[in-house]
Amino acid sequence: MELGFYLSGLVAVLATVGLISGSSPVHAVVYLIVSLIAVALVFFALGAPFAGALEIIVYAGAIMVLFVFVVMMLNLRPEAKRDPLWLRPGYWLGPSLLALVLLVALVALISDGQAGMTIDGELITARDIGLTLFGPWLIVVELAAILLLAALVTASHVGRRNKPRGNRNRGGTR
Amino acid sequence: MSWWTPQLAATLWAMFQALVILLAVVVVGAALTVVERRLLGLWQDRYGPNRVGPFGTLQLIADMLKIFFKEDWTPPFASRALFMLAPNLAFASLLLSFVIIPITPGWGVADMHIGLLFFLALAGINVYAVLIGGWASGNKYALLGALRASAQTLSYEVFMGLSLMGVVAMAGSFNLRDIVAAQEGLWFVIPQFLGFVTFLIAGIAVTHRHPFDQPEAEQELADGYHVEYSGMKFGMFFIGEYVGMVLVSALIVTLFFGGWQGPWLPPIVWFALKTSFFLMLFILLRASLPRPRYDRVMSFGWRVCLPLTLVNLLATGAVLLLTGS
Repeated sequence: MELGFYLSGLVAVLATVGLISGSSPVHAVVYLIVSLIAVALVFFALGAPFAGALEIIVYAGAIMVLFVFVVMMLNLRPEAKRDPLWLRPGYWLGPSLLALVLLVALVALISDGQAGMTIDGELITARDIGLTLFGPWLIVVELAAILLLAALVTASHVGRRNKPRGNRNRGGTR
Repeated sequence: MSWWTPQLAATLWAMFQALVILLAVVVVGAALTVVERRLLGLWQDRYGPNRVGPFGTLQLIADMLKIFFKEDWTPPFASRALFMLAPNLAFASLLLSFVIIPITPGWGVADMHIGLLFFLALAGINVYAVLIGGWASGNKYALLGALRASAQTLSYEVFMGLSLMGVVAMAGSFNLRDIVAAQEGLWFVIPQFLGFVTFLIAGIAVTHRHPFDQPEAEQELADGYHVEYSGMKFGMFFIGEYVGMVLVSALIVTLFFGGWQGPWLPPIVWFALKTSFFLMLFILLRASLPRPRYDRVMSFGWRVCLPLTLVNLLATGAVLLLTGS
């Protein structure tokens, strides 16, 4: 369990480094997929296979396919010859400082008290998750559902092909 | 003999089972390529491959020899690493799904409680094989085929998951062994008939079989995403498709037709018989149906199958709540 956790964590970090350092957009997206799958494996190692499976189904299996789709349609060329603007200090100094503050906070929180925690891979089943989601967190789940429904309606409105019937004689089809 | 513990014996037995199942699936997938051509010949009133060996039984060996010794050519304009990755992904992702299928009460690779979700996750990853293969080929027909394939697979995977949720709700588990056990009295195909029909359609679409083989339409796309592949790489795409067919048939049997259960005959025979029936159905569909237009396929998925699965899920949930089981 512990070995699996650290191995997949390492893969996730390396894949993410590959993602931001590569020049080809499609390769970057493939690295991102590998990183997501590695994170799913981290979930498996922590004893949450349900979360891990959902991570792969939703992120790697559905959302990233759309990313790959768009990147392939755009047919971008590798940007090897462009001047590496992002290497200048002005571009990365500010974000790095902010990230450093976050890192310090994270390390402080982790090192505070709970040092004896180990990875034991205690199993969380789908039934437990369902009972938790639709028990104590019912309102949050329903609110999220309504938010997603609103997003769906908006997307289908923005993406509709024909104009409303009233001004069809003026606009016609786009 | 102190090292021979029961635990070691169990481990070795499990490894042996996994190996046998792996080999059986690959061999059945390879044999299907010839069986399909013979059956197509039978149903379309022609001979099919009948020259190699008695009744063409050695055709498989001839095909394998040919595919092994063909030049394995990588186009110079292809993206090398991804070009190599795609066929492996296509083959491995479907093959790995067999881990969750219980063949008989004693046989099966893994007894996972997220069983069905594991299959859905690997089906999700399988999309990338086609998508990456098509893009890495650097060929516009391949890219068009890959884009079609990914759009189609994505649309049909949405309600494939939903069509299975009725079964999961009735069995109360994602574990396929529990699902088989829950069909002791009544096969799920009767209470979950809508789920069965939609899963069958989605399964055909996800494995890109006729009549949902738009991604590799010969007429307009010159074979689609694997047009640049040759030799063993093409072989992996090709056998991968048949492995997918076996997988979907085995899943249909396990989820809707009681798995290994049946009277008189031993479980393994029942499982094999039921699975072969659905394999024949796949081939018969290919023999009899033409390929519909691409936009029809997409709108059929979203406008007919998705609402059907939602209605099925709602009705199943309502009935389960009312009967209090």
